[in-house]
Amino acid sequence: MKGTSFYSRKLHSLLGIIPLGLFILEHMLTNYSAFEGGKEGFNSSVKFLNDLPLVTFLEIFGIFLPLLYHGVYGLYIAYQARNNVSNYSYGRNIMFMLQRVTGVITFIFVVWHLYTTRFQVTLGNLTHEELGQHMNDILSQPVYFIIYVIGVVAAVFHFSNGLWSFLVSWGITVGPRAQRVSSYICMGVFVLVSLLFILSLVAFTGSEFEAAGLVNLATGMING
Amino acid sequence: MAETTVSSKTVKFIVTRQDKPDAKSYTEEFEVPYRPGMNVISALMEIQRNPKNANGQSTSPVCWESNCLEEVCGACSMVINGKPRQACSALVDKLEQPVRIAPMSTFPVVRDLVIDRSRMFNALKKVKAWIPIDGTYDLGPGPRMAESKRQWAYELSKCMTCGVCLEACPNVNEKTSFIGPAPISQVRLFNAHPTGEMNKDERLDALMEEGGIEGCGNSQNCVRSCPKGIPLTTSIAEMNKATTKHMFKKWLGV
Ligand code: SF4
Ligand code: FES
Repeated sequence: MKGTSFYSRKLHSLLGIIPLGLFILEHMLTNYSAFEGGKEGFNSSVKFLNDLPLVTFLEIFGIFLPLLYHGVYGLYIAYQARNNVSNYSYGRNIMFMLQRVTGVITFIFVVWHLYTTRFQVTLGNLTHEELGQHMNDILSQPVYFIIYVIGVVAAVFHFSNGLWSFLVSWGITVGPRAQRVSSYICMGVFVLVSLLFILSLVAFTGSEFEAAGLVNLATGMING
Repeated sequence: MAETTVSSKTVKFIVTRQDKPDAKSYTEEFEVPYRPGMNVISALMEIQRNPKNANGQSTSPVCWESNCLEEVCGACSMVINGKPRQACSALVDKLEQPVRIAPMSTFPVVRDLVIDRSRMFNALKKVKAWIPIDGTYDLGPGPRMAESKRQWAYELSKCMTCGVCLEACPNVNEKTSFIGPAPISQVRLFNAHPTGEMNKDERLDALMEEGGIEGCGNSQNCVRSCPKGIPLTTSIAEMNKATTKHMFKKWLGV
């Protein structure tokens, strides 16, 4: 392993922004179409994504493998830190700790989220068209709604603060002023993206998605 | 002398002690007669003179290291009331009492407050924190340094390898091999020097080895803790930039 962790850490940092950070933004926009365009809007966004060329290839090399690497290596990084916020309660040190805490929360949340959504599609238990209704089923339960809000906010924080560290680690923001300004921008990103995500979560609880579910269920029953 | 013996005012110290490198640590309390202007070193000297703990039992004198007594050598660094700093510049009047003193546990404890900072000196060797000018003949004067550069480089040269920044860093611990902030800043210093610059790539290569600059997780405790006010996080980011460039240059250059 000698001499390799510089590169593995750099790769970890890069993958967090490209593609994973971009994917978070893309995911936010797709979900947001549920808020803006309702069921139709959401379904057309899902369809648009599934119609992308090489979609399976993109999913594996653009999302799944980077996620696996970033997640597993990230857990190792989190394990290596000896957090000392009680002695050094400085803003950036708190962010350092939160980055690791939200990383672990995000990891657990994403594994569960992938299992209950994308993986069920793979297994054939769910179709892409049923996703909206499926989300409605989940998010109508207050406990799951809260879990989703926590998971999403943690993921967005991890991304936004990670963007700040990325800029430092690649030597883009060097001086204290540059780092301070970029921290304001990154926190702005955090607030904005979290808000849009939460709005879409709320949108999924709307009767529109539920009604569709009932119809599906009804037709399912008639057919059955 | 008469005044001080008359005065019954004392200062309580709670010292984390350890008899041997592999022994378990314990705390012992001391009541030291107050003297105006006293610092932590003078209190430790008082304990050495009269090694009795707060219960009046005689005990072994507390061991510590110090040298310059003016915050330039770094030898007396210890954790005072939770924060690592130099004992010689820690004025008791400005400290909350009882004063808690412990060794900087990031480093191996030799005895009581004496720690072994070899890892820092090894790190300086690893990154070649010097300028090679030895030769078989007189090389003559080197290139001059611009005054504007000298000014910030001088700030970096104030590092006394005290270890406070390593103690404060959450990523310097037994689970990592991270060399810590101080040597990274020294690479910036020596790479800024017009003669030192000639060996710039070797130092960057050293920072890209295991335990090098990638160990930084941006908690920025170092810059808040350094007694010399060294802009450590700027140095680290500057070296992040230099190593990133160096990485691409190596990939594209061969
Ligand atoms: S950089 Fe500052 S805190 Fe770190 S070893 Fe040097 S003087 Fe001490
Ligand atoms: S004795 Fe030199 S820094 Fe305190």
